[in-house]
Parts: sequence; C-alpha cells; structure tokens
Amino acid sequence: MIPSIIGVERLAILPLPYPFELLFMQRALAAGVVVGAFAPLIGTFLVQKRMSLIGDGIGHLAFAGVALGAVTGIYPLWMALVVSVAGALGVERLRARRQASGDLALALFFYSGIALGIVLLSRELSPTNVLVYLFGQILTVSSGEVLVTVLLGALVAAVVLAVRRPLFAIVADEEWARVAGLPVAPLNNLLAVTTAVAVVASMRVVGILLVAGLMVLPVASARLLAGSFRGTMAWAMGIGVGSVVVGLVASRFWGLASGGTIVLVAAATFAVVTALTGGQSRRGVLRALRFRTRPSASPVSGEGSVILDHSHSD
Amino acid sequence: MSRDFGVASEERSSRISDGPLVEAAGVSFSYGDTPVLEDVSVAVKRGEFVALVGPNGSGKSTLLKLLLGLLRPDSGRVAIFGQPPERFEERWRLGYVPQRPELTSEIPATVEEVVTAGRLSRRGWWRRMRPVDRETIRHAVDSVALEGLRSRPVNELSGGQQQRTFIARAFASEPDLLVLDEPIAGIDRESQARFRESLTHLMAEHGAGVLLVSHELSAVARDLDRVIVLKRRVLFDGPPSELMATGVSLGIHREDLPLWLEGLR
Repeated sequence: MIPSIIGVERLAILPLPYPFELLFMQRALAAGVVVGAFAPLIGTFLVQKRMSLIGDGIGHLAFAGVALGAVTGIYPLWMALVVSVAGALGVERLRARRQASGDLALALFFYSGIALGIVLLSRELSPTNVLVYLFGQILTVSSGEVLVTVLLGALVAAVVLAVRRPLFAIVADEEWARVAGLPVAPLNNLLAVTTAVAVVASMRVVGILLVAGLMVLPVASARLLAGSFRGTMAWAMGIGVGSVVVGLVASRFWGLASGGTIVLVAAATFAVVTALTGGQSRRGVLRALRFRTRPSASPVSGEGSVILDHSHSD
Repeated sequence: MSRDFGVASEERSSRISDGPLVEAAGVSFSYGDTPVLEDVSVAVKRGEFVALVGPNGSGKSTLLKLLLGLLRPDSGRVAIFGQPPERFEERWRLGYVPQRPELTSEIPATVEEVVTAGRLSRRGWWRRMRPVDRETIRHAVDSVALEGLRSRPVNELSGGQQQRTFIARAFASEPDLLVLDEPIAGIDRESQARFRESLTHLMAEHGAGVLLVSHELSAVARDLDRVIVLKRRVLFDGPPSELMATGVSLGIHREDLPLWLEGLR
C-alpha cells in the first residue's frame, strides 16, 4: 500500500559488492543501518533511566496493536503506533506518579499487551502475517517500508538529539532537574513517545523483539568503552550500525535469520568488550592505552576519615 | 487584562531583594497520621550562611523538600524569592545540591557534561550554549578545583570530587540561593576544605545566601551566620556562638547534640 503511494519501487540497484549486490539486501542494509543508529541513541537515555526493558514492553503493546489492526481491518502499523504511544505514556505516568516502580509499571503493560494480542489473534484465521511484525523480515521489506523506517528514524533521532542536554539532565537526576525548573514531565513523555515510534518504525524490518535488543545491547557495550555520555551515544550508534552490517553479511553467508543474527552480533560484541575491559568502565584496554602516560588521578585516599552517620532519611 | 509589566517587575524585584530568599512561615506537615513538622518558621536572607541541623527523623529533609517546592505544606506558607514555589519561575536563582545524587551511574558522564546541565535553567533548556555560558561553566568547574578533571567520568571520581561536581552544577546557573543537603557527609578532608572555599567564594562573588543541611559542621563552623536546630519544631535559631555557649560542639554534634536536645525538653 505505501510503496504504490510513494512510488519508490523503481529505485535503482546500487553497484555494491557481495553480499549487498541484490536489491533486497540493499533495502535491508538501508533500513537496518538506520535502525542500528537510532535505536541505541534512544537506548542510551533509557538505560540511564533504568528503563532498559521498555523497548520490549512497548514491543508487546505493538503486538496487541498489530493484532487489533488485523481483526478490525485497519492497517496494522498504524494501530500498533496508536496502542504503543498510548501504552508508553501510560507506563511513564505510572512511573512518574510512583503508583508503580519502573519495572512493575512495565510488567503491567507488558503482560496485558501480549495477552490482548493473543486473545485478539485467536479470532483471526491467518496469524502468520502477524509473525512478520513480531520477528521482522528485513529481507522481504519493500522500498516503501524502508523509506518509512528511514524517515521515522531520522525524525526520532533529530528530536532526541535536539533535546539531548535537558533529557540527559533529567534521566541523570530527576529530582534535581525538577528543582532546576526543567520540563521533566514533558520530556519524559517525549522520550516515551519517541521510544514507541522507534519500536513501531522498525518492527517490520527487524521485529519488535529485536529492536528492543538493539536499543540496549549496543549501549551496554558502549558504556564500557566511552568516557562520557556523548561518547556513549556515539559508540552505541557505531556498534548498532556495525552489528547490523555484520549481522546481515553473516545471515546471507550462512543463510541465518537476519534479525536474530544482528542481535546476536550485538550480544557477542558485548561479551568481547566485557572481556577486554574487565566489565568496568574504561578501566580495561582503552583506558590503559589512553591514560598510560598521564599521572593517575585515582580517588583520594583517606576517604571516610570524617564519615558520620549518613544512613538517615527523614 | 493589560498590565504594566515594567513597573510590576521592578516592584517585584525590589521586594525580593529586601525580603528573605527562602522562607517557611508556620509550616506543618505530616506523612499520613505522623506529624513531621509542626509550626516551623525559618528564613534565609541574602548573603546569609545558615545551617540546618537536627537528629535523624527530625524533619530536615522534609523541610528542605517543602522549601524547594517538591512537597506542599499541610498548613503554613512557603515562599521562594517572595513567591509560592509553584509560581516561582526563575528557577536558576535556586542552586540545589542533592544529598545522594543518582548519577553514580549507568552511563559515564564527564564533569563538564554534568556541570553543563546546571546552566540549562539559566540559559533556557531549548537554547544553544553560547561562549558566555561555556565560560561560566568553566568558571564553576574551576571554583570547586576540578579543572584537571573536566573530561573525566564522574563515576570514576572520589566521593568528595563527585560532590564538588554537583556543587559546580549548582554554581553554573549563578544562583542567588544555594541549598545543600548533607554535602559534607563522607567526603575527605581536602574536599571539605575545597568545599568551604567554594561556598565562601560564591557568597563573596555573588552575595548569595546558603542553606546547608548537615550532620557535620566543623568544616564551615567559623563561616556560619546562623544555626537552626530542628526536631519537628525549631528548637534553636541563632548564631553558632550562642549555640556553642550552651556546651554543644558543632564539630561532633552527632555525639552530643542528641544529649543536648534531650536536655531541652
């Protein structure tokens, strides 16, 4: 439906080398690279906010939305977008009002979403096309779908980058941000909405479960390699894009499921980075290389000489 | 609906500069049925250095949250720069150093990134940082003696250095009032000395008022203008010399202040 409107099916094949010489691989590369960049960008803020699982939770809501679309005959992606955005705002509301802790708020929506999806699908005769949304089919996406992913991804990335400073201040220290008069609730809601849009934009390409993985796994590696928030974002985006490219090559080469391979590459990257750094931020290889010549500025000794009771809380 | 904004704002700013920077008048607060504060009145004026002390559970943190507008009193009145907290918009005038900042942290963030966050309320969070903002941020980092650690991740610093980072974040908006919650607890002596220098620097340079909530006052005892002792009510509000004349030592009051409080009842 979308490709016929936009008319991008006639895109020329670029002269890329194997394994990207075919049009479907080039589409997969374009969509994958974009998702590989914007998912970890948002993920950096989500991880700092200790909401690493929200991508997965929203994925379940998107699943309910797709099922709702399949039953009602409304284009599943739009239904998924509506249900995901509403659910993301609901999770944020529960968390912000402390009616539920972050992970409990997630779980409430997470299980309700998947249950609703399953119940709705039990009335649908051919649920197979819904599986495409769950796990994605990067190799069968149309040029129109790629374009939608690229445009939504660019929009999400632009919005997040534009508010990165106040958003960092808020996810780092929410109470302080409130005292400082920063727009805490609006920007938290904005992060929730962009997360939902990011999940829906990439679900057809890599699947809703895998985009959640791409939001978190590259960030887990990046935080060990980078020495700043900005550096973490850059490393995470680089690792995300790299995982997509390596994953696509591997999946073509060995005939593996592409979405799963991409996420496994991201997970393997984390394992390697953890081994190299000893699992501690920059205290491993990179730091040793970078700081070898400088005098150590290790924490001041004698800490605690004047420690009094700070276990209190009024 | 038309108003003369020029006159109104002039009147307002003159009223603010005369009145207290922050004030609680006859404030009471309870969590459920448990009264935490009863008829508490405190104020901090421009250029004043005030310490708020009290034993565990005395309501210090609650009073601080009320003064910052994070909680609303059951009765009584709170004013920040002469306005109710919910209507107070010039938030940059209030520098806040929380007790245990959450930034210990999932993601590394440099000293400079954290301090830059402090400039957002002054500059406008949606605006780009200009050279003058960068200069102020640099100055804030220098004033807490962290210039050599500007690009280091905060979670790799010592407790004292981390605390100074958060003080620099508060300095970055060039506040008129600095509110610090337990800033000295658990930090080394060198950092305590730096901390004291930073505070006196802010007060000398900007004429700011300081409200310090702490268990431990020895590092700043000689700079204090006033000590407020809180235990659900205000038990003492006066110069430190007067408090020490009663035999209470500010340095080790964790040991003797509770005894002294018992004696007051």
